[in-house]
Amino acid sequence: MNEIIEKRRPLSPHLSIYRPMLTMVMSIAHRMTGGALYVGTLLLVWYLVAAASGEGAFAAVSWFMGSILGQLILLGFTFALLHHFFGGVRHFIWDMGYGFGHPMREWLAWGTLICSATFTVVIFAAAHFLK
Amino acid sequence: MAHGIIGDNVPVRGTTRRVRYLGAAKSGTRDVWLMRLTSVALLLLAIAFIWIVLTLIGKDLAGVRAVFSHPPVAILMLLFILASIVHMKLGMQAIIDDYVHSMHLKEWALIANIFFCIGTGVAAVFAVLKLGGL
Repeated sequence: MNEIIEKRRPLSPHLSIYRPMLTMVMSIAHRMTGGALYVGTLLLVWYLVAAASGEGAFAAVSWFMGSILGQLILLGFTFALLHHFFGGVRHFIWDMGYGFGHPMREWLAWGTLICSATFTVVIFAAAHFLK
Repeated sequence: MAHGIIGDNVPVRGTTRRVRYLGAAKSGTRDVWLMRLTSVALLLLAIAFIWIVLTLIGKDLAGVRAVFSHPPVAILMLLFILASIVHMKLGMQAIIDDYVHSMHLKEWALIANIFFCIGTGVAAVFAVLKLGGL
C-alpha cells in the first residue's frame, strides 16, 4: 500500500514538458553552475594542500593550472563562479520582493548573463596580465 | 488548558494549526535561512577570494606563503571556505532531495555530501593555516 502511495506522489521537477524560456534556462544554469563549483572546490583544495605540502606538489599543481586543460577548467570555474554570483544577486533581489514582473525578470536574466560573461573576460585578462 | 492521556505537553485541541518546534520538516526553515545567510556572506567573500587568487598568480611557493602570512588574507580565505562549505552542503542537499528518488540511494548520497563537504573544508582550512605559518 505504501509503495502505491509512494509512486503516486507528485515529483518535482517536470522539466521536459515545458518550452524552454530564458528565466527557466537561467534557473537550471544556476543549479548547474552550483554543481560545477561543488566539484571545482577539489581544484582549490588541491592547490592549497599542494602548496602546504611542499615544493614538489606545488610544482605539479602549478604545471597543471598552466596547461591548456588546466586553463580551460579555470576558465569554466571562473564563469561558473561569476554566473552563480550574479545569479545569487538576482535571487537576493527576488528574496527582497522585487523583480518578479514581466520586463524586470527578463532584464535580470540578461543582466546575469552579460555581467558574468563580461567579468569572466575581465578577470581572465587581468590574470594573464599579472602572469 | 486541557491535558490528554498522551502527556502533559500535548494539547488535546489545535494540533493542526499549531506547529511546535521545527515542524514536520524538522530542519527545513533552518536550511533556507542558512542558505540566505551564507549567500549574503559569500557576495562579499567571493570578491575577496577572487582578489586573493589574482594576487597568487605567477608566485612561487615562498610568494604564496608570504601572501597567506598576512592575517587579513588568511582570515578572509578561512571565512570564504567556511561559508562555501555550508552553502555547498545545503545546495547539493537540495539537488539530491529533488533528483534522487530512491530513498536508499538518497540517504547514501546525503551522507557522501556531508563527508565531501567536511573533508574538503578541513583540508582547505588546514592548508591555509599551515601556509600562513600557524
